[in-house]
Amino acid sequence: SPNVNHLIITKTTKKADVTVSGNVTDETGMPLPGVSILVKGTSKGTSTDVDGNYSIVAPSDATLVFQFIGFVSQEVTLNGKMAKVNISLKPESKALTEVVVIGYGSKSKKDLTGSVAAVTEKDFLKGPISSPEQLLTGKVAGVSIISGSGAPGASSQILIRGGNSISAGNSPLIVVDGIPLDNGTLAGSQNPMAMIDPKDIESFSVLKDASSAAIYGSRASNGVIIITTKKGTSDKMKVNFTTSNGVQQVVKTVDVLSAAQFRDFVNASGDQTYIDKLGNTSTNWQKEIYQSAFVTDNSFNISGGLKKLPYRLSVGYLNQNGVLKTDNMERLNSALSLNPKFFNNSLSVDVNARYSNIKNRFANTAAIGSAVRFDPTQSIYSDNADLAKYGGYFQWLDGDKWQNQSPANPVALLNQNNNNSNVDQFIGNARLDYKLPFLPELRANLNVGYDYSKGEGVTVFSTDAAPQYLNHFQRTPYAQEKKNKLFDFYLNYNKDFKASKSNLDLTGGYTYQDFYNDIPNSATYNYEGTEVTVQPAPFPTTTQNTLVSFFGRLNYTFNEKYLLQASMRADGSSKFSKENRWGYFPTISGAWKVNLENFMKGSETISDFKVRAGWGVTGQQDGIQNYKYIPVYALSTLTAQYQFGDNFYQMYRPVAYDPNLKWEQTDAINVGLDLGFFNNRITATIDAYRKNTSDLLNNIPVPGGSNFSNYLLTNVGSLRNKGIELTVNTIPVSKKDLNWNLGFNVSYNENEVTKLTQVTDPNYPGVPTGGITGGTGSNIQIFSIGHKSGAFYVYQQVYDANGKPIEGAYVDRNNDGIRNEKDLYHYKSSIAPVALGLNSSLTYKKWTASMAFHGSVNNYMYNNIYSNIGVEKRVLDPLMYLGNASSNMLATGFNETQLQSDYYVQNASFLRMDNLNVGYHFGKLNRSIANLSITANVQNVFVVTKYKGLDPEISSGIDNNFYPRPRTFTLGVGVDF
Amino acid sequence: CINDLDRQPFYDVTSNVVYKTPEGYKQALAKVYGCYGTTGNQGPAGQGDLGGIDEGTSDFFRLFWDAQQLPTDETVTAWNSDPGLQDFHLMNWSSDNAFLKGIYYRSFYQITAANEFIRESSDEKLASRGISGNDAAEIKYQAAEARFLRAFQYWVLIDLFGNVPFVDENSPLGANLPPQKDRITLFKYVESELKAIESLLKEPRTNEYGRADKAAAWALLARLYLNAEVYTGDAKYAEAAVYANKVISAGYILTPKYKNLFVADNNVVAKNEIILSINYDGAKTQSYGGTTFLVNGSVGADMDKTISGTSAGWGGHRTTKNLPKLFENPLNSADKRAMFVDNAGEEINNVLVFSQGYASIKFKNIKADGTFSPNMNLGYSDTDFPLFRLGEMYLIVAEAAVRAGNQTAAVNAVNVLRARAFESQTEGKLTSISLPQILDERSRELYWEGFRRTDLIRFHQFVEGTYLWPWKGGAATGSSVESHRILYPIPSDEISANPNIIQNKNY
Repeated sequence: SPNVNHLIITKTTKKADVTVSGNVTDETGMPLPGVSILVKGTSKGTSTDVDGNYSIVAPSDATLVFQFIGFVSQEVTLNGKMAKVNISLKPESKALTEVVVIGYGSKSKKDLTGSVAAVTEKDFLKGPISSPEQLLTGKVAGVSIISGSGAPGASSQILIRGGNSISAGNSPLIVVDGIPLDNGTLAGSQNPMAMIDPKDIESFSVLKDASSAAIYGSRASNGVIIITTKKGTSDKMKVNFTTSNGVQQVVKTVDVLSAAQFRDFVNASGDQTYIDKLGNTSTNWQKEIYQSAFVTDNSFNISGGLKKLPYRLSVGYLNQNGVLKTDNMERLNSALSLNPKFFNNSLSVDVNARYSNIKNRFANTAAIGSAVRFDPTQSIYSDNADLAKYGGYFQWLDGDKWQNQSPANPVALLNQNNNNSNVDQFIGNARLDYKLPFLPELRANLNVGYDYSKGEGVTVFSTDAAPQYLNHFQRTPYAQEKKNKLFDFYLNYNKDFKASKSNLDLTGGYTYQDFYNDIPNSATYNYEGTEVTVQPAPFPTTTQNTLVSFFGRLNYTFNEKYLLQASMRADGSSKFSKENRWGYFPTISGAWKVNLENFMKGSETISDFKVRAGWGVTGQQDGIQNYKYIPVYALSTLTAQYQFGDNFYQMYRPVAYDPNLKWEQTDAINVGLDLGFFNNRITATIDAYRKNTSDLLNNIPVPGGSNFSNYLLTNVGSLRNKGIELTVNTIPVSKKDLNWNLGFNVSYNENEVTKLTQVTDPNYPGVPTGGITGGTGSNIQIFSIGHKSGAFYVYQQVYDANGKPIEGAYVDRNNDGIRNEKDLYHYKSSIAPVALGLNSSLTYKKWTASMAFHGSVNNYMYNNIYSNIGVEKRVLDPLMYLGNASSNMLATGFNETQLQSDYYVQNASFLRMDNLNVGYHFGKLNRSIANLSITANVQNVFVVTKYKGLDPEISSGIDNNFYPRPRTFTLGVGVDF
Repeated sequence: CINDLDRQPFYDVTSNVVYKTPEGYKQALAKVYGCYGTTGNQGPAGQGDLGGIDEGTSDFFRLFWDAQQLPTDETVTAWNSDPGLQDFHLMNWSSDNAFLKGIYYRSFYQITAANEFIRESSDEKLASRGISGNDAAEIKYQAAEARFLRAFQYWVLIDLFGNVPFVDENSPLGANLPPQKDRITLFKYVESELKAIESLLKEPRTNEYGRADKAAAWALLARLYLNAEVYTGDAKYAEAAVYANKVISAGYILTPKYKNLFVADNNVVAKNEIILSINYDGAKTQSYGGTTFLVNGSVGADMDKTISGTSAGWGGHRTTKNLPKLFENPLNSADKRAMFVDNAGEEINNVLVFSQGYASIKFKNIKADGTFSPNMNLGYSDTDFPLFRLGEMYLIVAEAAVRAGNQTAAVNAVNVLRARAFESQTEGKLTSISLPQILDERSRELYWEGFRRTDLIRFHQFVEGTYLWPWKGGAATGSSVESHRILYPIPSDEISANPNIIQNKNY
């Protein structure tokens, strides 16, 4: 391919105009449309057509500048004779020239001093993905994204470098086009982030370490994810339409007794009363509730410049059925971005407006557990006259009424429930960036944003739904409205001091954000429709909190090789008292570009070598309720009154409070190394970190009599995370027709609770967590000093000679001759110490293929299905009905539940192939102006694991009635013109 | 804009708003009482008062009942999946037991709420809020009742745990570390408080139903003195009899039919016997504890739920065979206090099988006339729990008399109860009574009302090998247990939170 050096021609004095034409391609020879060609020093220019061809009239000694986003610009000086100039543009070496959006500004990736991962569109996970965060799955070392379930639009748990908190939140701060979102949920919506169509996203920046994240101060302890959406760029109109359609299927269901096994067991072990209850059919209840579910995901966008007004408009439509019957999500979203510039480009304006409407029908997920539990010998319907009032579905009866402790018929649960919601969300911002004409090094940036969301819905049961029949509850409406406001302003001063080989980049600003949240009181209405059976709460849940902040950042670069950054943020939060309201979050970091030193310059092998180190303090206030420092009285609801004489009184309860409540604080160091080899065909990033969180908010026991509760959320306790991350990206093959990219990342994180309570008492086991099903108040995990935060707290099972667990036999670990809570021990953890991601893409001529994997090592899962229903008592229920059991019952032979046995804590290491994608790019068809491409995609291709339950990847570490993640096959078509 | 950081709650109110009016005081008083009737601010559950325990199990009555009934011959539970619950019956509980943590903190919760009310009812506060005259006088009664409830909870703590921390209205709120006081000091405190408020409370039977009066203070004093020897080493049976007799002379009347003490409308039909009750209502005072726990928990297997007036059977509580043995022909006894149901015999081979061992339907959510409560389908009970009732006072008088060698007085007192039990002046009549018979008579009259552990300890039968019942100490035929189990351990939560606290011996 032509090299720019070959084209530099000695200047002549001849100035006659010549016509130059040619073709511009990328380095694989594919034509590049829309490349701008400028005559240097003039405003004259043109751009390539869809075939990459151009023609321009220019002085014969002119220099042409070829520019295209994502590619290295080239300059060609004409000699009078050249009539044809063909150019092959080289892509910008991503790792070096990429501009990364950071808090309140952006930076060239090569100038970063902290640990920031940038993920752009071409690295996103492929396929029909309904929510932005899932694009990142497995892509960034140290970032774990676990979808909550297989339901349409389900939310995900996002964890950056392990959790830093116990009682407050562990979710990172999400910033969309400069607007930090609140982390809360929204009534009627599975995932408030689903309002953003993933196809509107241009890039993510993941600020992992304190030195990068601390500019967001008190909300940055769990890292920050900055989402930048697509903008209007070129001045030529581009239209793009993509549609992908597919089907989702359940891969695996919970292993329960078959009808035959069930019948055999009841006949062998049950007395006649139970045997008489057996049905005479065979129903696979899980089959009855799941379906192959259709999904269609369509998007249309148009972008270009309208009289110098760059714009981008997109409209998307998603309709996804759930694999659980009756589950559906329908989303319509639109986004408009206008990006004009004024006053000789000194004022840039970005206006973004995004609106989405989501309509959900939520299936009654209680059917999942019921289908696992329901007697497989019964049929769906019954002609028993007593069941007619329940819609004719088979249900267990107690006399002529539904046995209200028994599982309800799963098919009836789905069909007799209708929960519809409607969610409207709007997020918009206007950003003005003004370069001062008299001082071009100084610019002022103003961003004003508004984030509005409203969800409402109603759950309706049929009048013949058995579980509702007794109390006639029928209709429960719900709603929530949020209004969040943002105002921020900063000044940036950036100047090169040539004489001292220095660059100074200073930023200072102010930000104000206000969150208003209203949940109206709701009642439950009975069949008759008018009468309220469960009275509403006396007042709605309305809260408001405000954050006011000042921040500053200094970047100093010496000789392009030595980088120093320092920043400080002061955050004021309405969640704390005047004395504790302000938190200060400083950082300092530096980097050394070793490859620019003389001794390494010109190295053929090492093309990039940067050493980074940073320290910073971040805060955390998410998960702290509002007004918790103020002593208040809360009025009880109408179902919690107390009777004196013949009158009932709503109670005024003094609320436990901590007047000294303040931020959680994380003090972190990070050291990193960025390496590039062979002209960056291989790049590697290594980071090591250590984070100490102190003033950890912990809901701890307080001395009896000292407050209005025995547990109080207070700042006590410390937690330590340390880890190491490695990301390697390689381009093993880069040829004209064949390109292969291969990347992997691996991270190791170790976490330990180092302080928990005011008084350190060696006999105090810790704060229980991880509620399980099967009893009341049963927890299976615990926070304890010296242990991991996801540690299980269990009895050590005793096994017989054949390796079979002995029911109720546990090791007397403290040797006191008594089996009680003192024999519980810490065993493994639900949090994976090692996580990995692997992705690869291949381009061969017009073919593309990509795949992505992610996995984890040594995370453990509590199999609550085995423990709760893997016992004989679940089949022959003492409340006189039959229920199905986990097949594990046959392995243990347990009669009673043994919920706290370590037998149920199982290794859930896994490797999942998330995605397999094959595409073919037809280019132009039949001289039409449209480009066509077709893709075939499989999501959730397979999972390799030893875990015995349904799915090894459940963020809580407790597997119980999990909505299965479907495997999805889709076919997509894309048209551009 | 920085002023926007002073955000105030939209609806929750501060103490100055709550206590501005007499109505506000009444609603705050409702909480002081409600601490033992509910689990939190949202019935049946949702905004619990306590942490670290399942809210449904965190009400006073359910926790007190577990601690007082389960380690005795009167009660067995089938529930295996509430961690720590079986340990009561097997008598191997530890300081990590969730239910012990629950009752300990529930008691302190009510004490803290009472302290707050007492603080807010001082003369200065009333004057500063412009409350005077009859309103002020009524609030002073309420403050005395708060002191009564506080004394009641200290009695609970003394009985279960022995030496516990002490706080009153003068203790600071926040992160303070209350000092531990010994059992004798606390006994004297409860005694002096009850005597101090004697003159401040309303006359017997003149207060609203559900609120404490002088007789409640006398009844608690009688109960306290009855166990004084256990608590302090100094017997005070004579004093117990004095205060029990004060109650008896105050105009209370035994409910003619024993069963009506424990029905949905006992606030009407047993009003004259109940001195102080914890009030429940299926619609307006909902929880998974209280009499709902007792009614629903006592029904299981294929028992007829309609007799108990409930729509939910939780299949939990039964009795060992020792309790029905106290009655002649227990399934059809002339003594109407025997209310047992035979599901699969009186023997218990497996504690976890509900049908083994007699069930009891003493507590019902059905009205005295046999009709259902309008709230039956909600699944929560209307039945109030008699925390103090006249029947107990006769038994205190009788026991004191036996211990003093006064057979006549003892027999007379017991026969009053037996005449009601047999609904006959002659059939159940005793002519003499021994001390062991007093213990048996107490069980017949008061079983499942939360007395048994205290009684067995007073009669030296709780940990000793001299009296056994099935599965006592974890053995099928029963065995003695270590003597330190006469007290429960202070919860490990408290030990970790308050360095002033010394754990009970051998825990």
